[in-house]
Amino acid sequence: MPYEMMVLIKQVPDTTRITARAMKDDGTVNRAALPAVVNPDDLSALELALRVKDEHGGRVTVLTMGPPTATAVLREALWRGADRALLLTDRALAGSDTLATSYVLALAVKRAGVFDLVFCGRQAIDGDTAQVGPQVAEKLGLPQITCAEAIDALGDGLIEARRSLPLGVETVRCRLPCLLTVIGSGIVVRPPSVRRAMAQKLASSPLEMAAVRERWPEFASDDDLRSHLGRHGLEIPVWTAADLGADERRIGLGGSPTKVYKVDYVVLEGHASTDLEASPEALGELMRDLIEEYIL
Amino acid sequence: MTQSRDVWVFVEHEDGRVAPVSLELLGKARELADQLTGSVCALLIGHDVGQLATVAIQHGADVVLLAEDRQLAVYRTLPYARVATELIRERQPYIVLLGGTPVGRDLAPRLASALSAGLTADCTALRIGDLERRGASYRDLLFQIRPAFGGNVVATIVNPEMHPQMATVREGVMRMAEPDAERVGRIESIPVRLSSDDLVLEIVSRRMRLPAVDLSRAHVIVAGGAGVGSKKDFELIHELARALDGQVGATRAAVDAGWVSAEHQVGQTGFTVRPRLYIAAGISGAAQHLAGMDESSTIIAINTDPNAPIFQVAHYKIVGDLRRVIPQMIDAYRAQSR
Repeated sequence: MPYEMMVLIKQVPDTTRITARAMKDDGTVNRAALPAVVNPDDLSALELALRVKDEHGGRVTVLTMGPPTATAVLREALWRGADRALLLTDRALAGSDTLATSYVLALAVKRAGVFDLVFCGRQAIDGDTAQVGPQVAEKLGLPQITCAEAIDALGDGLIEARRSLPLGVETVRCRLPCLLTVIGSGIVVRPPSVRRAMAQKLASSPLEMAAVRERWPEFASDDDLRSHLGRHGLEIPVWTAADLGADERRIGLGGSPTKVYKVDYVVLEGHASTDLEASPEALGELMRDLIEEYIL
Repeated sequence: MTQSRDVWVFVEHEDGRVAPVSLELLGKARELADQLTGSVCALLIGHDVGQLATVAIQHGADVVLLAEDRQLAVYRTLPYARVATELIRERQPYIVLLGGTPVGRDLAPRLASALSAGLTADCTALRIGDLERRGASYRDLLFQIRPAFGGNVVATIVNPEMHPQMATVREGVMRMAEPDAERVGRIESIPVRLSSDDLVLEIVSRRMRLPAVDLSRAHVIVAGGAGVGSKKDFELIHELARALDGQVGATRAAVDAGWVSAEHQVGQTGFTVRPRLYIAAGISGAAQHLAGMDESSTIIAINTDPNAPIFQVAHYKIVGDLRRVIPQMIDAYRAQSR
């Protein structure tokens, strides 16, 4: 039986690549030095959805909320195997906390269709809150399976999934529809397919027409390009808060109950330190000191 | 109904024992409630868990709301969320705290979403403070402090208007108070009404093991990161830890690579540790990792890159290949401790 699936993905700065080069002299992070990537857990969520499609058939829709440039992660998802992509972008959404984000995402999922399975990454590496998945589930009235690492069985309106917990594994059975948050480690994700990337290289949102035409000048006008995209199913639709009928008191900074009161940069404070040679003599001395000081 | 000044703690338990983080939170809640002149209320949901109410009182609760039902024996999102949401709606606590555990992080966002409340994840400090904001002044808000952006910044979050103020708190960062056998409190039984819609998920099997490592109490930790390079070379980390009678730690990268299990992870999303000695091998020093170990008494860093940020927090810097350095360290220790 084919399944209708929705995968919520997010574009994030790759905080795992904070090396010496990405640090400024004052000890703070140089965000510009970090590449923008698909959040790793979200890639695993997409992979689980694609595996369901491979085995049972169905359709995978990906949705992201972010600035217009976030279309890049939608394209990547299409190249990896997603069937349909939706971009949710609006200045009015800027500054949304997890509650406001989940409100808008839930509206967008409802507008996008009726789904048997909704997938999210467990958490995003730029926030690490792991809140949006369960918050969306609540707003959609769906049961949730957090920290899912595998789907063991699917059929008869039921899903059996394995949850990866720090101290073990739990297997749960749940009625469909339901929402899964997927934990990344352990899931090998498929790379973007070259064939799909070729066929869908032009996939873009109406906000990107100028940039696309710069790379492919054969399109004489925006309208020309748009009708080409339309004919080939390559246009990525853009939704705004108003398109979703969002209550403006519940979105963006103003609709977010949590406010950032202040931010302190973590400055690495050097303290008195000793440079040691990697020699048996120096290490012997180090060990003697540690033993004498009752550290070891 | 006027806003109460009460601080609630969701009491997590497994196999008839209260989770350590819940006891840590009760102590913190006591401190906050005393400042607010409110009460500490423990929310205890389960089956046959009445004896844990006493534990909660001894650790600081004034009131225990005890919701028991056979269907609540093991944590499941929907029935627990049903009970907790209804109680919070009805009694309007000022603050609700949960542990930053898999259970707390599963339940808290569900509650916050249902209640349209603000929720801050994985706090490392909480305090009461006043705030002036856009011409309005707010007294006695909960300042929720957490590392953000991969641990590179520490953010203070407030929920000025939409209450309750909710937070999950990382395990092991709040001090656990000694139980006080003299403390008295009130236990209130809460009737439980669940609908069939709350019971659409069943647990088929659970294979849990006892924690093999308890990094929060280790005196010596030897930790490896991406620079270790392979699962095979990660064995060196284990060898050094064994030689020094210490525990094995790891960065998120090493855990994600599958070289070591997640219970060894130190950092913003893992354990916070303060051992006497922390040896960081092949760890570049992402802020996310430093957030969990930079208060260690003595830090030794081994890295091939002399500019690695880990060296900025290290007391002893060894620029070199851990594959050569670690065996030498083991030999040196054995020679010295003879």
